[in-house]
Amino acid sequence: MWGKLSWDAIPFDQPIPLVASGVVGGVIMGVLAFVTLKGWMPYLWREWITSVDHKRIGVMYVLLAMVMLLRGFIDAIMMRSQQALAFQSPGYLPPEHYDQIFSAHGTLMIFFVAMPFVIGLMNFVVPLQLGVRDVAFPTLNSVGFWLTATGALLVNVSLVVGEFARTGWLPYPPLSELIYSPGVGVDYYLWSIEISGVGTLVAAINLVTTVLKLHAPGMTYTRMPMFCWTTLATSLLIVAAFPILTATLAMLVLDRYLGFHFFTNDGGGNQMMFVNLIWAFGHPEVYILVLPAFGIFSEVVSTFSGKPLFGYRSMVAATMAICILSYTVWLHHFFTMGAGADVNAIFGIASMIIAVPTGVKVFNWLFTMYGGRVVYSTPILWSIGFMVTFVIGGMTGVLLAVPPADFVLHESLFQVAHFHNVIIGGVIFGVFAGYTYWFPKAFGFRLHEGLGKAAFWCWITGFYVAFMPLYVVGLMGMTRRMQHYDVAAWHPWLLIAAGGAAIILIGIGLQIAQLAVSIRRREQLRDETGDPWNGRSLEWATPSPPPAFNFAVPPNVQAAEAYWGMKQHVLKQARLDEEPAYADIEMPRNSPTGFVCAFFASFMGFALIWHIWWMVGLAALGAYATFVVFAWRDTDEYSIPAETVARIDRANRSARNAAIASHEAAP
Amino acid sequence: MTTPDQPQQSRLGAPSRADLHGKSDEPPDGTGFLRCLRSETARAARGAVLMAPIVLTGCQPAVLDPQGPVGLAQKMILIDSLAIMLAIVIPTIAATFAVAWWFRASNERARYLPDWAYSGRIELITWSIPLLTIMLLGGVAWIGSHDLDPAKPLPSNTPPLEVQVVSLDWKWLFIYPGQRVASVNQLVVPAGMPIHFSLTSASVMNVFFVPQLGSMIYTMNGMRTQLYLQADAPGTFRGLSAHFSGDGFPDMHFDVLALPAERFAAWIEATHNTGPTLDSGSYADLAMQSINTHPFTFRAADPELFQQIVTQKLPPGPGPRTERSHQSVSPRTED
Amino acid sequence: MTALDAAAGRNDPDRLIHEQVSSHRQHTLGHAERGLASKRVVTAFGFWIFLVSDIIMFSAFFATYAVLVGNTAGGPSGRELFNLPNVALETAFLLVSSFTCGVASIGARAHSGSWFYGAMAATFILGAGFLSIELREFASMVARGAGPTRSAFLSAFFTLVGCHGLHITAGLLWLLTMMAQVFAKGYRPDILRRMLCFSLFWHALDIIWVAIFTVVYLMGVAQ
Repeated sequence: MWGKLSWDAIPFDQPIPLVASGVVGGVIMGVLAFVTLKGWMPYLWREWITSVDHKRIGVMYVLLAMVMLLRGFIDAIMMRSQQALAFQSPGYLPPEHYDQIFSAHGTLMIFFVAMPFVIGLMNFVVPLQLGVRDVAFPTLNSVGFWLTATGALLVNVSLVVGEFARTGWLPYPPLSELIYSPGVGVDYYLWSIEISGVGTLVAAINLVTTVLKLHAPGMTYTRMPMFCWTTLATSLLIVAAFPILTATLAMLVLDRYLGFHFFTNDGGGNQMMFVNLIWAFGHPEVYILVLPAFGIFSEVVSTFSGKPLFGYRSMVAATMAICILSYTVWLHHFFTMGAGADVNAIFGIASMIIAVPTGVKVFNWLFTMYGGRVVYSTPILWSIGFMVTFVIGGMTGVLLAVPPADFVLHESLFQVAHFHNVIIGGVIFGVFAGYTYWFPKAFGFRLHEGLGKAAFWCWITGFYVAFMPLYVVGLMGMTRRMQHYDVAAWHPWLLIAAGGAAIILIGIGLQIAQLAVSIRRREQLRDETGDPWNGRSLEWATPSPPPAFNFAVPPNVQAAEAYWGMKQHVLKQARLDEEPAYADIEMPRNSPTGFVCAFFASFMGFALIWHIWWMVGLAALGAYATFVVFAWRDTDEYSIPAETVARIDRANRSARNAAIASHEAAP
Repeated sequence: MTTPDQPQQSRLGAPSRADLHGKSDEPPDGTGFLRCLRSETARAARGAVLMAPIVLTGCQPAVLDPQGPVGLAQKMILIDSLAIMLAIVIPTIAATFAVAWWFRASNERARYLPDWAYSGRIELITWSIPLLTIMLLGGVAWIGSHDLDPAKPLPSNTPPLEVQVVSLDWKWLFIYPGQRVASVNQLVVPAGMPIHFSLTSASVMNVFFVPQLGSMIYTMNGMRTQLYLQADAPGTFRGLSAHFSGDGFPDMHFDVLALPAERFAAWIEATHNTGPTLDSGSYADLAMQSINTHPFTFRAADPELFQQIVTQKLPPGPGPRTERSHQSVSPRTED
Repeated sequence: MTALDAAAGRNDPDRLIHEQVSSHRQHTLGHAERGLASKRVVTAFGFWIFLVSDIIMFSAFFATYAVLVGNTAGGPSGRELFNLPNVALETAFLLVSSFTCGVASIGARAHSGSWFYGAMAATFILGAGFLSIELREFASMVARGAGPTRSAFLSAFFTLVGCHGLHITAGLLWLLTMMAQVFAKGYRPDILRRMLCFSLFWHALDIIWVAIFTVVYLMGVAQ
């Protein structure tokens, strides 16, 4: 009746997961109770859970990412502390537990921290930058978010009920086959990623269509902000890479559930096929993570240098080049599989070629600052930190792309240090810059600068202290994923690395404090006009936070950096243009489709993991029914009357007029 | 209470003085800037600081203290590639700091060029520098990949010693088909002559790696990979598996003893005299999952065994036993 | 949050959906450059992008099949298993169903009940016919001990062809849903957009079938 599920699935005999589950469960119950008792549930349901507004969905994505960052980082702390302790000692985490932790760490960080963070920022910002009211398919957007949340939920449920995969963040067979991993761990991984993969794909389809088909009048492709270009490239990569992941994991599912022989040792299965397919997804995946960060840096560096981005067309060309080239390099993840010299060399050279457009971008950011007036705000600190850190990480990457060098460094902590170097230095620094930069637009007040800067310094210091020793210890021959070791020389470096993790922990604490303090002091930090940074692109033309419809009338775009041009025009005449003619605005209605669909998907995933077949059937039926109900609705839009539009716009206009006036009075 | 270094809350498009004289494509001038750049060269010392840990690994060398021709060539490639790239990276990092510092908003002396966003000359350089660098590195990669192809025999007067390697859960089996002996978790080889490894796996994917000798290579069930390595001089080196393969993975290390030729022959002799025999039966026992196996030897090894493992005439190793009492198995595995 | 946001979600059942373009042409400061594309174009474009992703998923299955086609593990190969007359019949069914689907699209745009329902029913029958032949083929292979668990080749075969069959099944469900929608709501613009997406889907499945019968059946038998 309940498949493989029994009371044994709860880790009563393992203190660490048991306590962790208890704490997390308690916190969740507490938050739910608090919210319910305060009477916020109807508001949350109406305004957030069923929202199809890209801004709300973007915020929820980022919130999901930040919560998962905490969980993933706790995993990291556990790994670093285990390795610091486990010299000629078993440490405090037995292998079966440690193996789950590093697998969960990678899976969470890539799929449920980095991806939702960048997708959230893209969702929030792109329609505003394009001067349109929402993405192409708003309800689909909501479905995408909630399916991603389902995936995150399933990974976290594995902490309480059952176990997680012990095979790393990419589950290579034969280890991930049923015979060598008979538990439910790999199944939790598989269904979590399959379900959230659908969500990600749907978000990408939305963004591609939005960027290519929805523009304000006058905004040609070459007048789009750089962040929109990187969004396009990222979304195209998702569209082309995630289906490969879906197919490959589906094949592993078939092996495990139905006894197929895709990757098994017996029956003619070919484990090398998995490695090829998964990295044909995996390499584009890392560019999916970093390209939006590049876009954020383009925006931030240009805004805080007070200059347009240097070499815009070059940047666009470089972005699309990276997009295409990222498909040609996958074999560099397994040079040591023995493909032969010619194949290895070709892929090594292809991997180096990607460094060319990346290098061009770094130089262009440099030249954007050159001749500028660089304001040392928190986002610019993240950007400069990125430029230095990412270049080092890219260098070690090109080093690993030389096959004979990889032959002695593959799977070592040198490799681990490399990819953390580029992911933290690139993606994480980028999303933190974007978070700080666009926070006032989303919420109407800025984040506290001092705490933001302190957090930055902790993060960058902690990063170097944590990961430079890992380069060293990789050169000393230490391989990754070791639950214990007996080489004395590695020990001091791993102690230092653990110290670095502690410094990052302080940084995260400061970021949490920053949020709390900023909320409490939001009146002092209020963004009155909607343009706190002297921005250059259209999102800064809206009030902070923007109303549901974004723009009262579609902006008329005359040139690149649309908002900058409008501002110069307005400042020259020392007042805003006359009020536009307001009209009613049609907006898409909210819908519970996304949430309900994800509800059924969660049960379906859980039931598949535990082989509860009747529940699978019911949940699938429920998901299908949800779509039919959605398809049956008669009205999918509601109207915002012109008077409401006018009232909101006039309020913002008066704030902006006041700013112009005070600027005139004191230049 | 706001902190003093809060960036000035922007009014709408506050124009700066420089707005008045920003020309679009005036070439950047430099006296003040160059002065700043020179003083900023000290920041390039960061690069040296980053090199230091690499130097410090002289304490417990591995990859950077190779004991064989393969490892030596790889170390040279590592250092050469690193040097080529540092020649670009260090100036780039220095320039980043320099530019960010000199053009800070509070610097009155810095020239503000608010509309300067394109320069064909600069574009040519920014595309050329990475292109030329990777052309150089590409050459290194091409030549290196061919010279150090794992399957390429090493130049030598003596024919290589044949060793067959099987990775099991969680130990290593080394078979000497010519000498008809075998060893578990200890690899004894003659120094000064090439070893030709044929590798496979009994169960899951592993990687055979001796950092001080050079290249690693995957081991996969049903397939045979190859590797040539050589230890130039006698010594003891550490070997390990470099691909996570399960709960017992951290204990999959083994000692590599490189002995002078006569001592190696003596070891072979001694091995013939004691220990169990390696045949399909003892192999099946060995293939059961176990952790932390102490090194031991087999007095007689069936030379056909390796081929039978590769062709799967001998089935792949079984996975974990799933009774709840077995400690290497999570309580949450299927019954 | 403003009162506007509180008002979000309020039903307005008498409001008819209309194209976004017209309402946003109100006040432009200068020349009229094309801004937003029409809903039909946007919807179709988005669906094309989805089709691209689906084709890439099939490519992964094709690639796997190509690599594993020789791994018969001592079991039967394609030559011994494939029945080309059956395949020809399946192909004929799908090709004709694409034609009838086209007729249905025209019927829908012309708001003609007889053409629409008739052609959709024909498409359904042909699609179901295809599926029944395929399921019979699968069942007979399993009965002969050539099921997907026999070898890697067969795993790849059943997955590739089966995935296509699952898509056909989903398409048939969608087809019935479209007929029900038109019956209940008439030829509304949003329903016509869905019909457009459905026909794109159905034609794409036909194209994928061409690839399948070439790579799997024709090449498999020619070995």
